[in-house]
Amino acid sequence: MAINWFKYSAPTTFYSLAGKLIPWFAVAAAALFAVGMYIGFYIAPVDYQQGEFYRIIFIHVPASILSMFLYLIMAGYAAMGLIFNTRLSAMMATAIAPTGALFAFISLWTGALWGKPMWGAWWVWDARLTSELILLFLYLGFIALHASIDDPRRADRASALLAIVGSVNVPIIYFSVKWWNTLHQGSTIKFSGTSMHVAMQQAMFIMLVACWLYAIAVILARVRSIILERERHTKWINELPEVKHVA
Amino acid sequence: MKKSTMIDLLWVVTRRDLVLAMRRRADVLTTLIFFVMVVSLFPLGVGPEMDMLRKMAPGVLWVAALLSSMLSLGRLFSADHLDGTLEQMLLVPQSLSMLVLGKMIAHWMVAGLPLVLMAPVLGIQFDMSAEAIGVLILGLLLGTPILSMLGAIGAALTLGLRGGGVLLSLLVLPLCIPVLIFGTGAVDAVSSGLSVASHLSLLGAMLVLALVFTPWVTAQALRISME
Amino acid sequence: MWLDIWMRENPITYVLLGSYAVAMAIFLVEIALVRHKRALTLQQVRLMQEAGEEE
Repeated sequence: MAINWFKYSAPTTFYSLAGKLIPWFAVAAAALFAVGMYIGFYIAPVDYQQGEFYRIIFIHVPASILSMFLYLIMAGYAAMGLIFNTRLSAMMATAIAPTGALFAFISLWTGALWGKPMWGAWWVWDARLTSELILLFLYLGFIALHASIDDPRRADRASALLAIVGSVNVPIIYFSVKWWNTLHQGSTIKFSGTSMHVAMQQAMFIMLVACWLYAIAVILARVRSIILERERHTKWINELPEVKHVA
Repeated sequence: MKKSTMIDLLWVVTRRDLVLAMRRRADVLTTLIFFVMVVSLFPLGVGPEMDMLRKMAPGVLWVAALLSSMLSLGRLFSADHLDGTLEQMLLVPQSLSMLVLGKMIAHWMVAGLPLVLMAPVLGIQFDMSAEAIGVLILGLLLGTPILSMLGAIGAALTLGLRGGGVLLSLLVLPLCIPVLIFGTGAVDAVSSGLSVASHLSLLGAMLVLALVFTPWVTAQALRISME
Repeated sequence: MWLDIWMRENPITYVLLGSYAVAMAIFLVEIALVRHKRALTLQQVRLMQEAGEEE
């Protein structure tokens, strides 16, 4: 049985599909966050080197991974929107950006909190932290460019191009920052490296999945609003139950 | 035959932009004065200790060069956009990328090259050694064209937007970080007696990459902004 | 610094309050913003529809 995937790439069907999926993703995310926190704080043993402080990684590492992947996914959607001219891809890219920026911020914040007890300073110009900061700048640039163009079509296309240029630059920036860091004798303590206990790995993995589910739920919710806003002149929007029945 | 016309086209656009820039010499001078001023502010801000200044010099000069090249980027397409020339350029049968490359070269000669020429004087102010100044200039020669080219993408994307200047810097500065790192890294390397070949060749590689891709990307950005 | 001493005495509280509570707060704010945006857009669309019907 062939599923017609293109059917779901149209805003009309995607809107209702997303509406049905959001609660599932949200509930699953909440449940997994609870399980991840339980394993991370009750089952995972204390690290002999870093004490209790290492438990920050259960949120820090997933947030970092998400911020990077979300940028790539955003650039991917942006590229699809530019090449195939699909309406939904550009909306998805716009919806992903704020969540990605927030994950980048969480990653920086938790990185600083981990750095204080480990390095004795809130901020260390470590290669990863610095790259993460630049990634946050790239997100902010994307959001700012999109926000300052009034014509939605031009905004979509211009910021899409910026996202693609940024994603090409991300590896160059990462390696240059890494190189810069080794030149300047950066910090030597690393998050991973020492062998991780199984429970630690489990907690981190569950938290990672929880973050993914949360991100998907929020992005879908945001893209639904964007679809509503952009397609408000069309007939199908006016026939939606939530539009028809005034609450 | 075709190749020569491409280069002719490049030459025509570059010369046109240079002539236009020469008619507004004050703009060129403002960028240069800004560069000198920013660099001169640092000793006032951090104190006159020569050892520290010598250590800071490459970073200060590079950051100042980065900021001053941002200043003039707003004008890269806006004048042509206002008088309608840009629209004509989009309709020309020749490749838009080539036209854009010509404009980038002209922008670099007007906004980048003067900074490179000014850098030795400022380097002396910071008590840099002759060797370090030489490497700094080589780095700037390789790096400032990249700044002009990356900046052109930002200028094309923000064409005609309110608050375009600040937005432009916000978009372009993060992309310029690798140039800054390798440019200052080269001077640090020569000051500590290491080889500068790797830094400069990486800068050169980035220049080649930028030469290949940025004109095309900028052309696409212009088409998006103008449709 | 009192904070240094405090964080070494109460590492779990430091980790929970500093990282997890802040992350949760950020998530909650984001959820609130998304819901607010949804309500706002729906309201806009309804207003437009009513305006269209009156014409």
